[in-house]
Amino acid sequence: MALLQCENVALGYQKTVLVEGLNLEVHRGDYLCVIGDNGVGKSTFVRTLLGLQPALAGRITLGEGLRPQDLGYLPQQTVVQRDFPATVEEIVRSGCVSRMGWRPTLSKAERARVGENLERMGVAHLSKRSYRTLSGGQQQRVRLARALCAADTLLLLDEPVAGLDPEGTAEMYQIIDRLNHEDGMTILMVSHDLEGVRAYATHILRMGREPRFYAVEPRKEGDV
Amino acid sequence: MEKLVPYLSYPFVQYALVVGVLIALCSALLGVTLVLRRMSFLGDGLSHAAFGAMSLAAVLNLTDDMLLVLPLTVLCAIVLLCGGEKWNLQGDAAIAMVSVSSLAIGYLLMNLFSSSVNLSGDVCTTLFGSTSILTLRTSEVWLCVGLSAAVVALFVLCYHKIFAVTFDETFAQATGMKVKVYRMVLAVVIGVVIVLAMNLVGSLLISALIVFPALSAMRVMRSFRGVVIGAAVLSVVCALAGILISVVVGTPVGSTVVVANLAVFALMSVVGGVKG
Repeated sequence: MALLQCENVALGYQKTVLVEGLNLEVHRGDYLCVIGDNGVGKSTFVRTLLGLQPALAGRITLGEGLRPQDLGYLPQQTVVQRDFPATVEEIVRSGCVSRMGWRPTLSKAERARVGENLERMGVAHLSKRSYRTLSGGQQQRVRLARALCAADTLLLLDEPVAGLDPEGTAEMYQIIDRLNHEDGMTILMVSHDLEGVRAYATHILRMGREPRFYAVEPRKEGDV
Repeated sequence: MEKLVPYLSYPFVQYALVVGVLIALCSALLGVTLVLRRMSFLGDGLSHAAFGAMSLAAVLNLTDDMLLVLPLTVLCAIVLLCGGEKWNLQGDAAIAMVSVSSLAIGYLLMNLFSSSVNLSGDVCTTLFGSTSILTLRTSEVWLCVGLSAAVVALFVLCYHKIFAVTFDETFAQATGMKVKVYRMVLAVVIGVVIVLAMNLVGSLLISALIVFPALSAMRVMRSFRGVVIGAAVLSVVCALAGILISVVVGTPVGSTVVVANLAVFALMSVVGGVKG
């Protein structure tokens, strides 16, 4: 069974339809990239999957007992966050809030999970540092660690390399690739960086009024 | 100091100190999340709404004006915080609108219907809270103690959730938090704190209590926890200093407290600059 299935889905806001007839299936371990011009509904697609807004028509089904709140989400950085006074650890911890329910403090298991994901993203040594003093790439890794605290299976990344320098971009792609290959996480990434899309995606969704979804031919040895 | 000690034995000074400290504590806690969410002026707008409500209560000759002022202010807070999307009002414009209309309506009502001989004195008292903190009744002190305890308890119990929503509302919502409920609770708490704070500094100066402690703490602290605790401590110290100075020297309480906050902010800016 597919991890995520969209059947004849229409996306948009109350009066504006952005996307119609969206059909796709995402399976465990896929690396799906969503591309398209600004304003065609890429972020709307992500927001709809997360249950932040309803689909206008059609059906979205999550498989393997996933609920919308089990999806890991890396939103784009907001203005507020850039100079937010918080330590790296505090931010990663906030990925656990939904697990906590009404409990006011983190459990032992949740603390361990926070530590694990700090290690995994290579930011453990920064855990007491202030978020606003980090580089763009480090900030992005911190926010990814937070998303990983909330999810194990499927990650939704909204333009994860936007605004990063070349070094940060390469690093980010490596990290996502590792999550995909070594940890078996399914990746759904909105991106403008076609080079990165070409290098890593197993499936591509070209978003538009009439979206196109297709699998990428497996890369042959020696291809760049 | 010698001049101060006899004053401390008066109940009205003790009440003022207790209530002042509690209000300062609550407004500092709230201020951190408001300032970081870029909603500093919400407090200002609501305090003017409370002024309008107070004038209305005065005109209606209500014996306990809290019964009218509290619900009306909370209602305004809910409209401003939760109604933005529904009525297509931009945040800052909506706040400005509510703020000036309640000021205008409040003053108009007082002018048309007030039986007081000293109208401008009444208005000045409400706007700058010149003496109300020194004329508190026991029931008001207890109300303040109860409400402050509730605010602090809420902050302690929901600390992680407040952080999550302040840092990234969309993410919090995506992980299944009921962000709308949180906003509603925040709106109610803000409304309550504003009404309480009018006693201390009057409605024109409330923003200072909300904004200054958070800004001062943000100059020197690097963690969210540090900012929250720092803001609470600085705010309490400023309120204590402000009230004591005003009692001894005879300056208006509200403005003295605000000037104390300003001084601490300047000091923290220097400290933050030196620390780098």
